[in-house]
Amino acid sequence: MNDLFNSFMNGPDENGRFGDFGGRFVSETLMPLILDLQAEYEKAKDDQNFWDEMNDLWTHYVGRPSPLYFAERLTEHLGGAKIYLKRDELNHTGAHKVNNVLGQILLARRMGKTRIIAETGAGQHGVATATVCAKFGLQCVVYMGAHDVRRQAPNVFRMRLLGAEVIPVTSGRGTLKDAMNDALRDWVTNVRDTFYCIGTVAGPHPYPAMVRDFQSIIGKEAKEQLHKAEGRLPDTIIAAIGGGSNAMGLFYPFLDDKEVRIIGVEAGGKGVDDRMEHCASLTGGRPGVLHGNRTYLLQDDDGQILEGFSISAGLDYPGIGPEHSWLHDTGRAEYVSITDTEALEAFQLCCATEGIIPALEPSHALAHVMKIAPDLPRDHIIIMNMCGRGDKDVQTVARHLGFDMSDTEEGRDAD
Amino acid sequence: MTRIDAKFAELRAANRKAFVAYVMAGDPDYDTSLKIVKGLPGAGVDIIELGLPFTDPMADGPTIQLAGQRALEGGQNLDKTLQMARELRKEDDTTPIVMMGYYNPIYSRGVDRFLEQAKEAGIDGLIVVDLPPEEDEELCIPAQKAGLNFIRLATPTTDDKRLPKVLTNTSGFVYYVSITGITGAADAEAGDVGPEVARIKAQTDLPIIVGFGIKTPERSKAIAEVADGAVVGSAIVERIAKGDSVTDVLAFVKALADGAHSA
Repeated sequence: MNDLFNSFMNGPDENGRFGDFGGRFVSETLMPLILDLQAEYEKAKDDQNFWDEMNDLWTHYVGRPSPLYFAERLTEHLGGAKIYLKRDELNHTGAHKVNNVLGQILLARRMGKTRIIAETGAGQHGVATATVCAKFGLQCVVYMGAHDVRRQAPNVFRMRLLGAEVIPVTSGRGTLKDAMNDALRDWVTNVRDTFYCIGTVAGPHPYPAMVRDFQSIIGKEAKEQLHKAEGRLPDTIIAAIGGGSNAMGLFYPFLDDKEVRIIGVEAGGKGVDDRMEHCASLTGGRPGVLHGNRTYLLQDDDGQILEGFSISAGLDYPGIGPEHSWLHDTGRAEYVSITDTEALEAFQLCCATEGIIPALEPSHALAHVMKIAPDLPRDHIIIMNMCGRGDKDVQTVARHLGFDMSDTEEGRDAD
Repeated sequence: MTRIDAKFAELRAANRKAFVAYVMAGDPDYDTSLKIVKGLPGAGVDIIELGLPFTDPMADGPTIQLAGQRALEGGQNLDKTLQMARELRKEDDTTPIVMMGYYNPIYSRGVDRFLEQAKEAGIDGLIVVDLPPEEDEELCIPAQKAGLNFIRLATPTTDDKRLPKVLTNTSGFVYYVSITGITGAADAEAGDVGPEVARIKAQTDLPIIVGFGIKTPERSKAIAEVADGAVVGSAIVERIAKGDSVTDVLAFVKALADGAHSA
């Protein structure tokens, strides 16, 4: 564990690289801003006052620590490994996103920025950003793909209630990737007063490392909680991946515990094959450069970026955080994919056996748990990150299961 | 000495300012785009910036984004963009061609292979928006070794402390981005640009060409007066988007060029 040379926890290097991945592939206009942010983050990281404020907000505003819950009926139902759920869906705002947003907004305040911009896919990061901006009285602008605005209408309304301006993005196919492009365009235009609050472990350095550090509270707590409950490390940890922030948050504190198996679950959409109707960047993509970092991307032979496809708006991104690309290439973590259909089955099983309505994103992770748990011994311990609750997805699921909710027009998908 | 260096030597000797025109390769389609590109030198364009379309042009406004989409939908790609340069070179061996775009299509091709192909096609320089000096090892240094100019953007956020880093591996000319923002957005003000150009000139002998936010012949003249030349992109691309004929597009380009040359 103290083997510094072989540690997986030293990244990124001073250039923001995890091996060959990461970096700072941004226009010159943004470069000075990113360097400022990096300097401020380095200072904050070593400032006990910063962490005291974070811890206070995590405890009293977010409701941390989130429980580590033994899913007894799910375990019995699957008949194998012992399954624990890390309950980050119980956080204020209903997902893990707020862990990171609090950190970034505190940084923005230290830097004297008064206007916060964010991109959002499923709307969870947008809601978390709008929430924390309301709490601190900051102006908030959220870019959201027009397609996602339609399929995540309840979250759009939530953001507006919280005082945020939601800007539907119509470029490209109108999903998360396009929202990120427009947020970057906004930032390039409003460099003096604006802070870009990125919602995942992607983007130019220092974002991937910074967001990971803020989300690592998930893994730190889980490790302590399991130690209390079982007196040992888990055998396997599993999380869903779009950009990969909840997964990085769970994985990071376990990276040097080499006996712990680490599995990331990508969105397989309609299946990972050459139709490319999926969002599995690692299992179906190759390395490229987008949104400020080098990482695995869904792209064509000419290096043009492809639109991902998933039932889950939160996983609908053609890239993945660069640290995941590195963990994939080094073999420290395994990455698998789960289809929409499998995720829907897991969603229903979780409702029925545990009384927890999961978001579609962690339903992907749960679907992989369902695949592997039955064949594992009863003393094998799995921790799965339940990174979000499913209220936002109820209408999407109803439509896919053929349940008529036609009285509530606003939640219907447009395609 | 590249064609870019030769062009600036020629302009300097004639005491003339440079006019640089940007068009997106393959917009609205390959054949029309090639006709426009071939007509640019005759319309007074000193340097051609040939846009390489990309799905995610993060530094560009709607005009260039849509031009890229039109080009991609029409089947434009890196090979066809190189082919356009080759076609122009058949009839013009002096007008410099700068390929402008984003890194991923180049990275996807493989840097060494790309540089070999670009050189062979008659490309003289590269502007790659998402490669700041911090990533010079990626393409900038290999490009210079291959004999291509690597033209860097300097912006209003590039302060005096950072400027040397931006200028270090830049060659051909410096492209000063006159505004903080995306292409085709706010108007560039000569009054703001002049002192910035002087600030950069204090640290380099390279020509300073100013772009972003120049839309009219008058503005082209005003900006060229305070710099070594002006770049116009979005305003030309808008004409193409409107469906103007090749003749009309080139007439507009000529007015812009005359503006810069009268400075």
